[in-house]
Amino acid sequence: MAAEKKGLQLLDFWVSPFGQRCRIAMAEKGLAYEYLEQDLGNKSELLLRSNPVHKKIPVLLHDGRPVCESLIILQYLDEAFPSTPALLPAGDPYARAQARFWADYVDKKVYDCGSRLWKLKGEPQAEARKEMVEILKTLEGALGEKPYFGGDTFGFVDVAFVPFTAWFLSYERYGEFSVAEVAPKLAAWAKRCGERESVAKNLHPPEKVYEFIGVLKKKYGVE
Amino acid sequence: MATGGDDLKLLGVWDSPYVNRVQIVLNLKGLSYEYVEEDLLNKSELLLSSNPMHKKVPVLIHGGKPVCESQVIVQYLDEVFAGAGPSILPADPYERATARFWAAFVDDKVGSPWYTILFAREAEKKAEAAALIVAALETLEGAFRDCSGERGGYFGGDGVGFVDVVLGSYLGWFKVIEKMTGVRVLDAARTPLLAAWGERFAAADAAKGVLPDDVDKVLEFLQTFLD
Repeated sequence: MAAEKKGLQLLDFWVSPFGQRCRIAMAEKGLAYEYLEQDLGNKSELLLRSNPVHKKIPVLLHDGRPVCESLIILQYLDEAFPSTPALLPAGDPYARAQARFWADYVDKKVYDCGSRLWKLKGEPQAEARKEMVEILKTLEGALGEKPYFGGDTFGFVDVAFVPFTAWFLSYERYGEFSVAEVAPKLAAWAKRCGERESVAKNLHPPEKVYEFIGVLKKKYGVE
Repeated sequence: MATGGDDLKLLGVWDSPYVNRVQIVLNLKGLSYEYVEEDLLNKSELLLSSNPMHKKVPVLIHGGKPVCESQVIVQYLDEVFAGAGPSILPADPYERATARFWAAFVDDKVGSPWYTILFAREAEKKAEAAALIVAALETLEGAFRDCSGERGGYFGGDGVGFVDVVLGSYLGWFKVIEKMTGVRVLDAARTPLLAAWGERFAAADAAKGVLPDDVDKVLEFLQTFLD
């Protein structure tokens, strides 16, 4: 058995927005890490050992010790590497609480609703579309006039939400709506984030995500 | 309506685990606050304007500014009132990540089935949910052993911590669940450490008077939402 590996490793799956949060965070912080792509159809010993409770990615290994759950990983990176640019605003508990609230909102709402958009048909799909538009408008409201959710800083909520911008094209196609139309400020935010190196290097092109969903649909037997 | 200043106000419902955990933390930190009992069938203007996204309790209003989501509120209190009473989250980053992990696990694997037991109409769904809670507590028995350390009586070690208040807030409901489903989810025969911890936590000063202990009163109250 190999000795505990020093440094940072990320157990991940290429298209996972949750994994991308971690990749983007480490890029923003200038932290080097070893990326380990996982086969979710045939989970590795390392993954099962590192996340026995959920058996899911992403998992961050720091000197061999696992940290699970993407938002928990982001906070861990802030706290374990305090000299790197902070994702959660330091020294402002109220702003931190707001950031945690909105990241939690993204977690509770976006992925689930998005999945219903491409999995379902007819009335339930129409419901999901309505809900997705509402979610995007709500997030746009939270963004307000700020360049980022973190204000002038690309912060916690930005990192939490930005991977889903690669899914916007898919939501638009399945939901038959336009993000730029229903939430123009959010669309502008997505573009602004896309110009950051950490984001550009770690998100896959929206067409690839759309393709991936096509594969998933076949796998689940959804027409 | 007073705004600004440092006053604390908590909008809640007396038997909500999510509200109870905030009350327990306020007690642990010796903080005084105004408690407002909300009627969830007739939500107040204050609740609706303070939590327009979810329209749920608890909402903490501090100096007029709202904080929503119970785990967010607990961490907020821990940060703002860092000097008051014990720290709810540990100091070490890895231990903090571990505490957050188990807290998330509790609300996901105990909290979601709890909700099902309350509101699902079919007895079968309730029974399934009770079984899920049993399984979650079996996992937490192992977690308790790992987190509490050598002398620890709590997930937080020597003293009450984040996972304690999150899981502890469901303790009042376990007896209710037993009455509703016949399943004793927290059983010393299955999870001895957790059962002992449960007694210890429920007896703590901060939890006494907060956790509901009258099963029939809880059931009666629940019925008003089911009718």
